[in-house]
Amino acid sequence: MSFETSLEITSELTTADDHGLNLNETELTLGLPGESRGRKLGKKRGLIELKSINDEKNQSNASKASLDDVQLAGWPPVALYRKNMAKNFRFVKVAVDGAPYLRKINLESYGDYQQLQCVLFEIFAYFTVGNYTSDDLEFQNCYKPSFTTETFVPVMHDSFNNSIAQRIKYVSMYEDKDGDWMIVGDVPWMMFVQTCKRIRLMRSSEDINTARRTLSECSVSSC
Amino acid sequence: MNPHRKRAKTVDRVDSADSAAVSSESTQMRPFPSKPLSVDRVNSVESSDSSRMRPFKDKILLVDRVDSVESSESSRTSQFAGKVSGFDRVDSVEARVDSAGSTRMSRFPDEVLERVLALVDSHKDRSAVSLVCKEWYNAERWSRRHVFIGNCYSVSPEIVAARFPRIRSVTLKGKPRFSDFNLVPEDWGADVQPWLSVFSTAYPFLEELRLKRMAVTDESLEFLSKKFHGFKALSLLSCDGFSTDGLKAIATHCKNLTELDIQENGIDDLGGHWLSCFPDSLTSLEILNFASLNSEVSFDALEKLVSRCKSLRVLKVNRNISLDQLQKLLSHCPQLMELGTGTFMQELISGPVTEFKNMFSNCRNLITLSGLWDATPLYLPVIYPACARLTFLNLSYATLRSDELANLLSHCKSLRRLWLLDTVGDKGLEAVGSCCPLLEELRVFPADPFDQEILLGVTESGFVSVSRGCPKLRYVLYFCRQMTNAAVATIAQNCPDFTHFRLCIMNPGQPDYLTKEPMDEAFGAIVKTCTKLQRLAISGLLTDRTFEYIGKYAKNLETLSVAFAGSSDLGMEYVLQGCQKLRKLEIRDCPFGNAALLSGLTKYESMRSLWMSACNVTMNACRVLAKERPRLNVEVMRDEEGGDDSQANKVYVYRTVAGPRKDAPPFVITL
Repeated sequence: MSFETSLEITSELTTADDHGLNLNETELTLGLPGESRGRKLGKKRGLIELKSINDEKNQSNASKASLDDVQLAGWPPVALYRKNMAKNFRFVKVAVDGAPYLRKINLESYGDYQQLQCVLFEIFAYFTVGNYTSDDLEFQNCYKPSFTTETFVPVMHDSFNNSIAQRIKYVSMYEDKDGDWMIVGDVPWMMFVQTCKRIRLMRSSEDINTARRTLSECSVSSC
Repeated sequence: MNPHRKRAKTVDRVDSADSAAVSSESTQMRPFPSKPLSVDRVNSVESSDSSRMRPFKDKILLVDRVDSVESSESSRTSQFAGKVSGFDRVDSVEARVDSAGSTRMSRFPDEVLERVLALVDSHKDRSAVSLVCKEWYNAERWSRRHVFIGNCYSVSPEIVAARFPRIRSVTLKGKPRFSDFNLVPEDWGADVQPWLSVFSTAYPFLEELRLKRMAVTDESLEFLSKKFHGFKALSLLSCDGFSTDGLKAIATHCKNLTELDIQENGIDDLGGHWLSCFPDSLTSLEILNFASLNSEVSFDALEKLVSRCKSLRVLKVNRNISLDQLQKLLSHCPQLMELGTGTFMQELISGPVTEFKNMFSNCRNLITLSGLWDATPLYLPVIYPACARLTFLNLSYATLRSDELANLLSHCKSLRRLWLLDTVGDKGLEAVGSCCPLLEELRVFPADPFDQEILLGVTESGFVSVSRGCPKLRYVLYFCRQMTNAAVATIAQNCPDFTHFRLCIMNPGQPDYLTKEPMDEAFGAIVKTCTKLQRLAISGLLTDRTFEYIGKYAKNLETLSVAFAGSSDLGMEYVLQGCQKLRKLEIRDCPFGNAALLSGLTKYESMRSLWMSACNVTMNACRVLAKERPRLNVEVMRDEEGGDDSQANKVYVYRTVAGPRKDAPPFVITL
């Protein structure tokens, strides 16, 4: 959205050249990674020409890579220590079957699968349990091995410690860098953090084999 | 004998007039009604960065505006609070006769005068005092204990030492602000060592040193720790060049240390052993901040240190300190006023949650809370008992969502200052508006500044929500990816008291996303409505009209940051002509050229500095400026590879009484 508008501006400005502003001299151009960069600290700069970005956006994978690599020096004006923090964030979308919208979590915040499952549980509970808040659900639930890494079987207690008889199986799946859908928990945690692109809690009232079938179907279509 | 007669002498040494401001509230001083000061010769011997004053005749120096005190960006407001920000120009003034007709100021003996003046803290008042007459000038220089130097190259340490013999505390700032964003090459300068060398003989009893954007080496830190025996307080903000070895020296040798405050530095972190270097005999520590250091310190050493320092009031630990460890620390220092926690995530809590909740409820003096890394709803509630008293909450390391923030803020009724990450979204900001009516300062940082695909973050609507609920807002720093003119106009109406308005629309040159128009009217609304505005940072698609507004309305503006804005030289000219109180102007990637640069010829001496990078300025224009204004240093930074030698890509202009830099690296050319 913002790129289109910036493109309009560029074309407005080229007509401004006629008024002697000579903005072509000061145009900034962006290139793909690996290209010789004329754009170093010394070059003249003016307003940005983002036309080249729009062209690249039409390519599937190259666009994101080029946007990431090509950054204006010192922009946005965020101090170095904050930039380093930002690099460490790993936000991934979490989709829960049946939920009207997605959530996003930061995988860097968690140290292992157990903590991740706690948060997934919270998100799951938020959508499925409805009126229950995290205060109602005791902390201890997160530490009970009441779920495996394959299936997510929350055991919920209300504030009077009565077990709510809901045992719905949810399968935690994630999409990795290659676009494949995997079961959460197979690879070491750090590898998981590096490769996970998005997470899905898939509802399954059948057993694991059915889940696996659904999984392979999922890999084919785009989830 | 007419007591006036004695005082109305020819004053042959006068401080720079532009540091004078008389405030009737803070001093009892009145100008001499009938005897004007005639000044024959003017030297500028000034502690703060100021230029030589033009000689004047038959006029009394009186400036009748008072600049307000600029608040600091550091989380400890006391560190730079009291730093005075502006310098007025000299206005000539008619002689003022005291209404009673008798302005008999009895002649004080010097000692009495010094005693009285010792109570004057504000730099501006002190500068004004020093301009009254020779006796007052001397009394002021002998009674001054703290000197603030806003640009380390505006004056030399020898000059400072010659004028002020009894300094105990120095605040020194070095590199231009854009060095925080990597726009200034390494080895640019601002080395603290020349200062320390002079101070070691001139001020052997120096107690406090506060440095911002200075280059500091381990050798300098060791020098400091060994040469100054009564040294008490060291604060390093955005400095670089040193490692934890330097901190070892400080910890080992400074026997009376009360403050060690290390923030946001380019430090070489070689390990946490420095903390163990504090001797067992050290009990004087009041402020300890090592939040920005990454290595683990010995918890045992830290716990012992905290237990024996009974006056500790500020403790900010780093991320390696766990919740369990924090609990132990807090049990030793419930008197803390400011706390920076370690990580707020841990695998298993060792005890019931309730014990953790008590850990904060015992800290009855706690008003500032920061740290909170990895905070999630699991453990965040432990801070709730302390929230009601908090006035400053720094959540800029915690990736909270809107609901998490809302729950937290519902307990924080007294908040005055709040720092957030934009993960909280507009909904989170709605909660800010509804829960924090006393809010004066809000900073929203981008969690992911470089990912342009992320549509997370905050928008104009979040900002508007806050402005509705928090009419007392005066300081805002806001990073967003979309904004509208209408929203900013609403915000200005809701919060007319803005003193600092820093809006960063992260995509350069982006217009109002609804109307597609430039963002000129947004900033126009701000400068028209917010008459107290001192600091402004602009962004988005902006034409010269924005600058026209700024020049016309922003009469109290002192600091202006501009990037990717403007259409022609006129933009910069408007600002230089219109903003009387402008002190710092920093510009990058704008189409301002030589005409614009030279339009400020007569103005730059009344400013601290000008930065222009990636604009259209040539070396020739810089040479002209340097030639016309010998009291300015006009520095151009050369590019690494060839480039066009006639273009001046990075220009840094500042007033100075110390002449051209003697330590300039090869890539800095002083014209």
